[in-house]
Amino acid sequence: MSEAYGTWLDIGTTTQIEPGSARTLPVAGGDEIAVFHTMRGEFYALVNTCPHKQGPLSQGIVHGDSVSCPLHNWRISLRTGEALGDDQGCTPTIPLKIDSGRLFLLREAVIPGKAPPLAPALAA
Amino acid sequence: MNAPAGLDLPDPPRERLVVIGNGMAGCRAVEEMLERDAGRFDIVIFGAEPRVNYNRIMLSPVLAGEKTFDEIVINSTEWYAENGIELVSGDPVEHIERESMSVVSRSGRIEPYDKLLIATGSDPFIIPIPGNDLPGVVTFRDLDDVERMLAAAELGGDAVVIGGGLLGLEAAHGLSLRGMKVTVVHLMPTLMERQLDEAAGYLLRQELESRGHTILTGANTKTIHSIEGRVAGIELEDGTRIKADIVVVAAGIKPSIGLAKAAGLECERGIMVDDHMVTSDPDILAVGECVQHRGLCYGLVAPLWEMCRALADYLTDTPSGYLGSVTSTKLKVSGIDLFSAGDFSGGADCEDIVMRDASRGVYKRVVVKGNRVVGAVLYGDTADGNWYFDLLKKEEDISEIREALIFGQAFASGGALADPNAAVAALSDDAEICGCNGVSKGRVVQCIETGAHSLDAVRSQCKASASCGSCSCLVESLLALTLGGKVESGPKTMCKCTSFTHDDVRHLILEKGLKLIPQVMQELHWTTPDGCSSCRPALNYYLLCAWPGEYEDDEKSRFVNERLHANIQKDGTYSVVPRFFGGITNPKELRAIADVVEKYDAPMVKVTGGQRLDIFGVKKEDLPAVWADLNAAGMVSGHAYGKALRTVKTCVGSEWCRFGTQDSTGLGVKLERLTWGSYMPHKFKMAVSGCPRNCAEATIKDFGVICVDSGYELHVGGNGGIHLRGTDLLCKVETEEEAMETCIAFIQLYREDGHYLERTAPWIVRKGLEWIKAQLFDDPGAIPALAARFRLSQTFWQVDPWARRAAGAHRNLHSHLAEIRPLAVENA
Repeated sequence: MSEAYGTWLDIGTTTQIEPGSARTLPVAGGDEIAVFHTMRGEFYALVNTCPHKQGPLSQGIVHGDSVSCPLHNWRISLRTGEALGDDQGCTPTIPLKIDSGRLFLLREAVIPGKAPPLAPALAA
Repeated sequence: MNAPAGLDLPDPPRERLVVIGNGMAGCRAVEEMLERDAGRFDIVIFGAEPRVNYNRIMLSPVLAGEKTFDEIVINSTEWYAENGIELVSGDPVEHIERESMSVVSRSGRIEPYDKLLIATGSDPFIIPIPGNDLPGVVTFRDLDDVERMLAAAELGGDAVVIGGGLLGLEAAHGLSLRGMKVTVVHLMPTLMERQLDEAAGYLLRQELESRGHTILTGANTKTIHSIEGRVAGIELEDGTRIKADIVVVAAGIKPSIGLAKAAGLECERGIMVDDHMVTSDPDILAVGECVQHRGLCYGLVAPLWEMCRALADYLTDTPSGYLGSVTSTKLKVSGIDLFSAGDFSGGADCEDIVMRDASRGVYKRVVVKGNRVVGAVLYGDTADGNWYFDLLKKEEDISEIREALIFGQAFASGGALADPNAAVAALSDDAEICGCNGVSKGRVVQCIETGAHSLDAVRSQCKASASCGSCSCLVESLLALTLGGKVESGPKTMCKCTSFTHDDVRHLILEKGLKLIPQVMQELHWTTPDGCSSCRPALNYYLLCAWPGEYEDDEKSRFVNERLHANIQKDGTYSVVPRFFGGITNPKELRAIADVVEKYDAPMVKVTGGQRLDIFGVKKEDLPAVWADLNAAGMVSGHAYGKALRTVKTCVGSEWCRFGTQDSTGLGVKLERLTWGSYMPHKFKMAVSGCPRNCAEATIKDFGVICVDSGYELHVGGNGGIHLRGTDLLCKVETEEEAMETCIAFIQLYREDGHYLERTAPWIVRKGLEWIKAQLFDDPGAIPALAARFRLSQTFWQVDPWARRAAGAHRNLHSHLAEIRPLAVENA
């Protein structure tokens, strides 16, 4: 519960996403965030749209630290959101941290414009 | 040997070369010699181990279960025979009689020599502590040791490895893969301290600990304890006791110089040799780990090759001279990329250039001294290892690229070398390409120039990339560079992750009995950690086809359409196609479809080209419910999204049509009932036309039937897609049964031979229609056998994927991870 007051949002446990796959998270405004778990055990969060034609990246094949978009096979880096290879474009990434087996997303990044009021109060 | 009469003199007796040591150095020296002058010597090789020459550095993969002994044999029994070499194995030499120029073996065999080569290698260093000779205490040096470890691992339990160097860690990795709980006890504060600095040692330690190993550094073993005469554990100086069912001592090696010393040869740490590998006795030579050259002893494989070359040059009267080696190391523990070369201990006049990328677990350190690279440590990303090593060996001036040096070759060379071929082109001729077999770039290029125009040919001729295969990409680059466009690459490699072709991979999956994607990647030396979006789906299909009933489908390796059993559309929604067998439907089905369209607000329903109805605009979350409703009306998935049997298009045939000659609709239904659910290299479409008017357009289908008065014409390899292709006539049959049997035999042939994502049209072009016909018709048993394999596969795969999902399988795929409700957060 305390995390809700801070700047990080608890979105569930790491075990809810199988290695090599992604799950989605709807956020305010109708957007979706895709949370990826790579085969190497790393977690990343990205806006769930390919910079090319807005394909749902969460449905792509995850390999290494990238995902291939299911629509036109653009390869997107999970670290930076950048399109790899000859393609140009970038998908926003969402800061993610893991604590005690739970996944947290940076609140400001998930709910734009609603961030600071609570955080400074907590800090003070 | 038909010498003219009168000249029939016996050949002059050849000189006798006796080799002590049947290991990597001894045999390589002989190979080098044979290559230069095969007739020069009568050769006898004494080996202490009762087996042929094998690649000792590959013992770690054997222990880890990644290779078998047969795969690491360098020279088989036939090799000795073919080259007229006498191998005396399991009978070690015990004395060298320099006076009489002969050696005496344990069994009493006396062998005279003209030249003697000592290649006795090294012995494991046994730590001088109580209990070091107990049963259950083993070293890691030869195959016997590996077998002892495997026997121990079979019983499970705890293993202690004393020594956190290269060998110790490889032993620990192997034992852990074999199911033992492993503790590594290392005297020094840093693992592999001779190859790694602290930072890299730390990353390595973290990685190993995350794999479940216990690592104790700065730990000095005091005693090995026993219970009932068998090892039970160890005790450290500080009193810590660790339980152990097996103790592996891998604390280092020392040159094996006993024989040489007893024979009065000059020895210090190793047998003293000059630049031609000659000892203090001009008739006795020595190579390998047992020698000391210019003050140095080597414990790695690359210097052996250089020594052997110098030795062979000397013995065949073209002395070249060995100048000593700079060495590099890689750790053979799968999943850990670690490279170290040269001297990185630093010093006042040295400068370190370091790059760390904590999130990727990458650490690179290059040590520069007077504008020359003198050492490099790479952890996590070793792609540039060869480049740094090359700069180091060539002592190149790096002042111009210093700024970008740490970012690797591609950056340092201004981006132009991002092309891997250019990177390989930049290597010097003596750069080592294949570490396992000690093959230089120059040798590979020479081999290519003299006719080896494919990877396989290079492998068989100079052995480059023939052992562990990790340098296959380098060899391919050399092929491309040397031959330009003329590389006989044959079919292309499967993808950038491997040097194998689709055919190789399919063949090796069967031959090696590979049954999991990670296993294929491991065994076939994939260059990426988990493949890519091209090879993963292909491997999944190949395994599924090879092992029906055994292989468990890997959802992660399927394209989204197959994962969700619906077609993804441009807006991220899905379309759903239920199966209409043979294109027939009924009111109940139509009603169910209409209901689904209304209930889930599907914006469009469309008749497909294959006589089905496609329901568009379904949300991912709704898919299971849509499937459940369609299932309830008796419909199953149309596999319209799959690399699988799609549709069987039909015309009405003899039942209604005034031209129809046979019941084409009925046959279409039968064919579809027989084949639906079968996965294939690509989508597969069929059609049955009731007469030669061909209303079902059967001649642009993968398998088409044209009904005629006298029976059925079977057509194959048509494609109405991007590259339009009409079918070839495969054969004509008289009965429906024959048509169906031929159909599934053809499908199975395609399933077993086609490359993933290769439709039948290009497949037939590639193989030739004659080949297809020969496979099916030359042997009367072929069609029944293929058909039987198809039917077997169908017993496992003819299942409706919708039904399983509608019942709740993989629910995760359709639901969100969590909901974030801004209001709730704000109110919290």
